[in-house]
Amino acid sequence: MRTQALIIGGGVTGAGLSRDLALRGVRVLVVEQRDINAGASGRNHGLLHSGGRYVSTDPGAAKECHQENEILKRVAPHCIEDTGGLFVAVEGDDETYVSDFPHLCRQCGIPCEMLDLEEAENLEPALSSKMIAAYRVDDGAIDPFRLSLENIAQAQELGATLLRDTKVVGFEKENRQIKRVQLFHMHTGQKTVVEAEQVINAAGPWVGEVAALAGIGIEMLYSKGTLLVTAHRVTDHVVNRLRNPGDGDILVPGGTVSLLGTTSVRIDSPDLITPTVEEVDLIVNEGSQMIPTLKGIRYFRSYAGVRPLLKVGSNLDDRSVSRGFALLDHARDGLENFATIPSGKLTTFRFMAEKTADLICEKLGVHAPCSTRTESLPDSSSGKWTEPALGAKHWFNHHAKDPILCDCEMVPESAVKSVVNAIIEKGGDVNLLSIGVRSRVGKGVCQGTFCGKRVSALLEESGEIGSYDGLIDIRRFLQGRWSGERPVLWHAQIMQAELKEAFYCGAFNLEVVSDGHIHDDKRCGNNL
Amino acid sequence: MVTSMTTKDAATTCDLAIIGCGLSGMAAALFAVEKGFSVAQAGVSGGMIFATGLLDVMGTHPIETGHGWVDPWAAVDAVSEDIPDHPYARMKPEIIKESIASVISFLGKNDLPYVKNGELNSEILTLLGTSKFSYYIPQTMWEGVRALKKKRPCLIVGFEELKDFNAAQIVGGLTRRWPGLRWKNICLRDTINVSSFVSGDILARDMEMPGNVKNLVRRIGPHLNGAEAVGLPAVLGMKRHRKIIETLSRELGVKVFEIPTTPLSVPGLRLIEVFTEGLAERGVRQFFPERIVSWKNTDGAFLLAAGRGTGKKWIRSEGVILATGRFWAHGLRADRDKIREPLFDLPVHQPEKRAFWHREDFLDLRGHPVNRAGLSIDDQFRPLNRAGIPAFEKLFAAGSILAHQDWMRMKCGSGLAISSAYAAVTAFSNMKAPHRKIPRN
Repeated sequence: MRTQALIIGGGVTGAGLSRDLALRGVRVLVVEQRDINAGASGRNHGLLHSGGRYVSTDPGAAKECHQENEILKRVAPHCIEDTGGLFVAVEGDDETYVSDFPHLCRQCGIPCEMLDLEEAENLEPALSSKMIAAYRVDDGAIDPFRLSLENIAQAQELGATLLRDTKVVGFEKENRQIKRVQLFHMHTGQKTVVEAEQVINAAGPWVGEVAALAGIGIEMLYSKGTLLVTAHRVTDHVVNRLRNPGDGDILVPGGTVSLLGTTSVRIDSPDLITPTVEEVDLIVNEGSQMIPTLKGIRYFRSYAGVRPLLKVGSNLDDRSVSRGFALLDHARDGLENFATIPSGKLTTFRFMAEKTADLICEKLGVHAPCSTRTESLPDSSSGKWTEPALGAKHWFNHHAKDPILCDCEMVPESAVKSVVNAIIEKGGDVNLLSIGVRSRVGKGVCQGTFCGKRVSALLEESGEIGSYDGLIDIRRFLQGRWSGERPVLWHAQIMQAELKEAFYCGAFNLEVVSDGHIHDDKRCGNNL
Repeated sequence: MVTSMTTKDAATTCDLAIIGCGLSGMAAALFAVEKGFSVAQAGVSGGMIFATGLLDVMGTHPIETGHGWVDPWAAVDAVSEDIPDHPYARMKPEIIKESIASVISFLGKNDLPYVKNGELNSEILTLLGTSKFSYYIPQTMWEGVRALKKKRPCLIVGFEELKDFNAAQIVGGLTRRWPGLRWKNICLRDTINVSSFVSGDILARDMEMPGNVKNLVRRIGPHLNGAEAVGLPAVLGMKRHRKIIETLSRELGVKVFEIPTTPLSVPGLRLIEVFTEGLAERGVRQFFPERIVSWKNTDGAFLLAAGRGTGKKWIRSEGVILATGRFWAHGLRADRDKIREPLFDLPVHQPEKRAFWHREDFLDLRGHPVNRAGLSIDDQFRPLNRAGIPAFEKLFAAGSILAHQDWMRMKCGSGLAISSAYAAVTAFSNMKAPHRKIPRN
């Protein structure tokens, strides 16, 4: 296999870069060890920053956010809900920070309007009565899954190839060049070798691991951020705490729910991170100072992502490390055709892709300019089923013979079939997890109790996937949901978990049975 | 004291009040009336709308090994020895057997017969394409046990209108060990007058309409292809299920059996109907659907408030059996910091903190520690207070609210519900002579 540009990582950076390069006529191969947005890109707030968050700690990043915010609202409106955002301070918050904020925003060119408290309360009645200041900014909510899926889908339309479940395991170097890249399929174990003219490491938290395969040391820090999903939408605006960035101080509406986060905990490895009970409690306690209802509200899920941070000098506080991106051209390390994008933000993903593509095109001798600044992102079927209410809208128009497979999120069978077909067309593996990435399946309050079983039955019935093993797939899917449910199981959500266990363990014996068999007691005969 | 006089006068007075209308509450009401006590019962649709209808006694132990027992009584002995606080350890196996036999006899008399394989568990297939051990099997499901045992050529038929039952899924899970198992999902709309998607209870009542069974036979017949048994979702009638299965068997010329579905589970609804009607006939004063929201202890008796506001009703009783279930049924309430028993504020045996409630893997064979949380009791099945002595002389607890058991993993839910209800009623009975003794045959 040969390609001009090989991108390692199918997060939003890799997806954005693949589209940018493909639009400039470059042949692209994207290699992703799991699935689209499996890392940090799928585990964040889905916040389209106005830049206000960074005005005091990182004005450069703040300005970049502001510019990209405006561009994305123009070119990718279907991925964005233009909610607007508020910054609010409550009694006890640093008043100097409060009074400096509008000034700092002005310095970065970020629009910021001071609200009187009554006005803020009218906009968002859930805000604390202990509020002492409020400003309005241009924050928005962005669907990172739809964004990545649409970027990669257009790249694929333009000839790019995506290899999922495929890991880079080695580089073969010759004369200051990476000549060949060794790939390993995570499920089949099959090994492939690709010849690539340019190799871009966009592996997010795993960039250090990938660079090490090429003998290059990149020192990374990992900061774990945990977020909570509320069972209904609490506010219509993004609400930020008006203080130095801290724990549990941003609430972002995401369709029918709100996302509350985050924490920042230094961790040693980006693998196998799950949210904990302690982090969840911290977020609830902090968030409820800003919005008191967050204390008693139902949460049905939590998740944790890793912020990959490039280590520079002495990093005392992970939130003070610049979230602006760096682009490492490894020519300086003796590899002419290798570059790494070590960190960045969702809001500025397009800008990172542009700068990286400029570098790659220069090396390839491609002169086509970047067009993602003005060219609209197409709205395709690859990403549309991630939209929260679309299933319901579609169903009301076509419902006669279209069963709802997910009652919580109103996902009809036809939507699942459309997602399955899209996966098959692109040569991907169809299973509950890959369907979940591309739709609302499993995202509702029951966390897969009913839809997991129903969608698996549909796959079993369609017979399109010859080797489909439903019981193993359901086990994997339930576990995937569980790590996020576990820390929020109290009040109504522990009832939900009990129901789930009553089905899958009490009635179906799934904990014991993986292939229909139960291990019985050989000491006793069964004389039927 | 005018108010309290009024409430006292308006109260329903009885020997024993039963709080909860799941299997344990129903069994307790049955045992109590059979012993001649006057009984009042309050509760909101119990866990039985989720029940498969199977009566498990004991299936898996130790759960961390996933070891399934063909002999439930050997398993009861083993669990009683290994887990001395397990509610079963407080009962003689004969008492457990006797209590279950008594419920089975009641159900049989009310046209809900159960079958078992001697004193052993039977293996039965599930909706998911797995199998499990259970003890007493509804007669409507029994041919499925036999077909699985002999791996007979068998056809599973699903109805497209019933979306939680997919025949392909059942066959998919079992096909490797049961090659003679085939599936067909049929559309009922062309056959029976049903709407696009229905729940099991509606379908079950539709099945009782004249002509529908014959129509069903016509739809299934062409797909038999040598099958000796046909498995169908458990929606074959609400009351006339025996007749319907008989007709299907005769007309198709094969054995026919039901497979339990997810809620609304028709086998569960059948249990609810039989218990509700049978207990009403026996004089149980039923407060359904009412939750007991508060209580007073006056003159050595309990005064329980059922419901809220203007509809509030009072029950005055000498003894109370708390059979309110776990989290789903509101018998236990999990706050962020702690698990509570919300009605009597009884202390709940529980893990030290929330971080220990659940394990990291959902299907971890050891089970989740929170599922062994619950009420600690004495040998009379009386919940203990914080000092470790019975909280009230005549307050008893039964069913899944009890601590030190994990019914979902041990597969002991029904046996535990019934036998602990029996133990609680017996303990109350030993403390009090009934007003009127009804001779028992």
